[in-house]
Amino acid sequence: MSLWKHHAKFERHSLLLIIGIVVVVSIGGLVEIAPLFWLQSTIEKVEGVRPYTPLEQAGRDIYVREGCYLCHSQMVRPLRDEVERYGHYSLAAESMYDHPFQWGSKRTGPDLARVGGKYSDSWHRDHLIDPRSVVPESVMPPYKFLAQTELDYSDVVDRMKALHTVGVPYTPEMMANAKADVQAQADPYSTDAVGLRARYGAKVVNRDFDGDPDRVTEMDALVAYLQMLGTMVDFKSYNAQSPENQR
Amino acid sequence: MAVSPTLNASPPAGSGALLVISVVGAFLAIMGAGLSHDPIFRLQAETVSLAGVLAAFALSSGLAGGTLRDHPDRYADNVIKAGVIATMFWAAAGLLAGVLIAAQLSWPSVFYFPDAGWLNFGRLRPLHTSGVIFAFGGNALIATSFWVVQRTCKARLAGGIAPWFVFWGYQLFIVLAATGYLMGATQGKEYAEPEWYTDLWLTIVWVAYLLVFLGTIWKRKEPHIYVANWFYLAFIVTIALLHLVNNASVPVGLLNHRSYGVFSGVQDALTQWWYGHNAVGFFLTAGFLAMMYYFVPKRVQRPVYSYRLSIVHFWALIFIYIWAGPHHLHYTALPQWAQTLGMTFSIMLWMPSWGGMINGLMTLSGAWDKLRTDPVVRMMVVAIAFYGMSTFEGPVMSIRAVNALSHYTDWTIGHVHSGALGWVGFITFGSIYCMVPWLWKKKDMYSNTLIEWHFWIATTGILLYIAAMWVSGIMEGLMWREYTPQGFLAYSFIETVSAKHVENVIRTVGGLMFLTGALIMIFNIWKTIATPDAQLANAASTDDAPAAPAPAIA
Repeated sequence: MSLWKHHAKFERHSLLLIIGIVVVVSIGGLVEIAPLFWLQSTIEKVEGVRPYTPLEQAGRDIYVREGCYLCHSQMVRPLRDEVERYGHYSLAAESMYDHPFQWGSKRTGPDLARVGGKYSDSWHRDHLIDPRSVVPESVMPPYKFLAQTELDYSDVVDRMKALHTVGVPYTPEMMANAKADVQAQADPYSTDAVGLRARYGAKVVNRDFDGDPDRVTEMDALVAYLQMLGTMVDFKSYNAQSPENQR
Repeated sequence: MAVSPTLNASPPAGSGALLVISVVGAFLAIMGAGLSHDPIFRLQAETVSLAGVLAAFALSSGLAGGTLRDHPDRYADNVIKAGVIATMFWAAAGLLAGVLIAAQLSWPSVFYFPDAGWLNFGRLRPLHTSGVIFAFGGNALIATSFWVVQRTCKARLAGGIAPWFVFWGYQLFIVLAATGYLMGATQGKEYAEPEWYTDLWLTIVWVAYLLVFLGTIWKRKEPHIYVANWFYLAFIVTIALLHLVNNASVPVGLLNHRSYGVFSGVQDALTQWWYGHNAVGFFLTAGFLAMMYYFVPKRVQRPVYSYRLSIVHFWALIFIYIWAGPHHLHYTALPQWAQTLGMTFSIMLWMPSWGGMINGLMTLSGAWDKLRTDPVVRMMVVAIAFYGMSTFEGPVMSIRAVNALSHYTDWTIGHVHSGALGWVGFITFGSIYCMVPWLWKKKDMYSNTLIEWHFWIATTGILLYIAAMWVSGIMEGLMWREYTPQGFLAYSFIETVSAKHVENVIRTVGGLMFLTGALIMIFNIWKTIATPDAQLANAASTDDAPAAPAPAIA
């Protein structure tokens, strides 16, 4: 058949072969990924999702740094057992400000998409310092050093600027107050917490997350992040059955 | 071809330029280290400056001493020798990291060190995956592609000093990525963890790699480009594309190690798994199929089974693979149309995958007896069998209903390892067992018995590993969804963790056996190189093999 002979053109001309490869491997990605950026229905319309506070974002950076996503997912699937175990299934809107996304691919430990508010700060602290002190069968690594390491947020404004560049709607006011907001959120008696809540919403809490009132540690940041996870969306105002939320 | 006089040969083209680049690079890195307030960035910059100084020292002493010489009439084989050694070194390192993290999950109170947070699972796991995929696999791909492209084109590697730049540049990428993970520099995307500056460096090295490979093809004395080179080319080009798109990010500062990816949430998820699945498709499949298409026919002295099948399955494979990413995101917040597309193409992918398997296996037609007599052939055939098995298992797991059970469980880990240990590991070991005697001008490997031991220990290890992961994965998946007659969830999460202890231990043992096999191979290679081969002693002292007509394969 002559068709086979035509293939010799690819075998004799390396540039033709490369062009062929590039064309063939581009189609799938273009058809699948590109529409996600312009199809309005990709992300649901919900109330409550906001950019992370500077302390939560610093905690998220620690979550990424320590590779938590390698054992913990942040994506509850709409399956009966998962919804009963973890809570409402995850929405695309809940990770719209996540650079990078942390949906995960493995549950060596449980899903964390809705872990916020399920345990006390002191449970998280004990559990992170020595997981087997509260869950004897746990296989999680110990994170004692988080409580001993002071949080380095010297570049927090630069981080927010970079996040703003990639699309997170941080306002100039948020960036100007970033360092004060870090301290305010880790201090239960802070008077600046009023401003913090004005900027990031009434649900933001200021507590001494790590139980160490003298300084802001990495433990403060990570626990603040964990306690916020999954608590943003107002599910009372979210109607899963409405047409614009059908995907 | 006659050996031409090489005593007064000039140094390889570009040596001087590379020397200048090394010095300038070292200087800039020292500047960066000095100016940065970020301790992680400082250490990484210091690593770069050390590499630049070492490169400058090696180059200048080579140029001054006259040891750095070009041999345009010979194949460039020294860089392949270095590649083989690097491949085996990183194999041992990457597998050891895997055994360690498997032991951590089996005995957490023994193998975690509360005062050494950098040895925690979360930091070692990327070290293991990158160590095995990019360090071991990548070096194997670069080394074999340099061998194959020269022999099938009957031309010396193009680019003067450039192949050495590719080799050492790639090692620097590995060192930067690995030390970065231990310090906590990561982008937080699986298999794309290296930070922005490491990604940029890899881009430079990769472009050089593409140009060396293409330049050699342009110099070819054969009219046709051999099928193995189609696969290598698809691998190099597509990995470049995936790398550039998935790692697009904005650094926090030019002297700051951290960056944020330009995509977020659902778009980031699909971009990542478009990348992640095609790292499997093009890095771990297309590249290693290229090895199969050269080393299997070469070793068994038979032509490739079907030319037409290789054409059909090549284009079908690279077209369909790209679509398969969304099967990593079933039942997530990814729109369902994308999930369905991904699943459909994943099932279709079964066919071109098995096309490759059939083409590889049937190449043994008329030489099946070698399965009994040659452990290297047996290793490569078992590799192809594992390829066939995991490319059947993959489409099954991509079905939504199956995925509802298998996703997030150890089943996925078992699936990956049947591909990585069985297919990628064994086809690489087989190819290296072929290449070592050719490269070092020996009649054969030092010991066939040791190859037998390697084969049987490693095969048993793989079987233990994947069987343990099937059991634990399916068990935990079923336990998560188990209900009591009263309608409550039957198990708390931690009960599903402790239920897997025995399987975790078996997995550790299996991994340890695979590592043992690799160590036996390293010993065997070392003895092969070190043992003088009286018959061929005259050829052992020269730089390269003459670029004589290599026996062509159909």
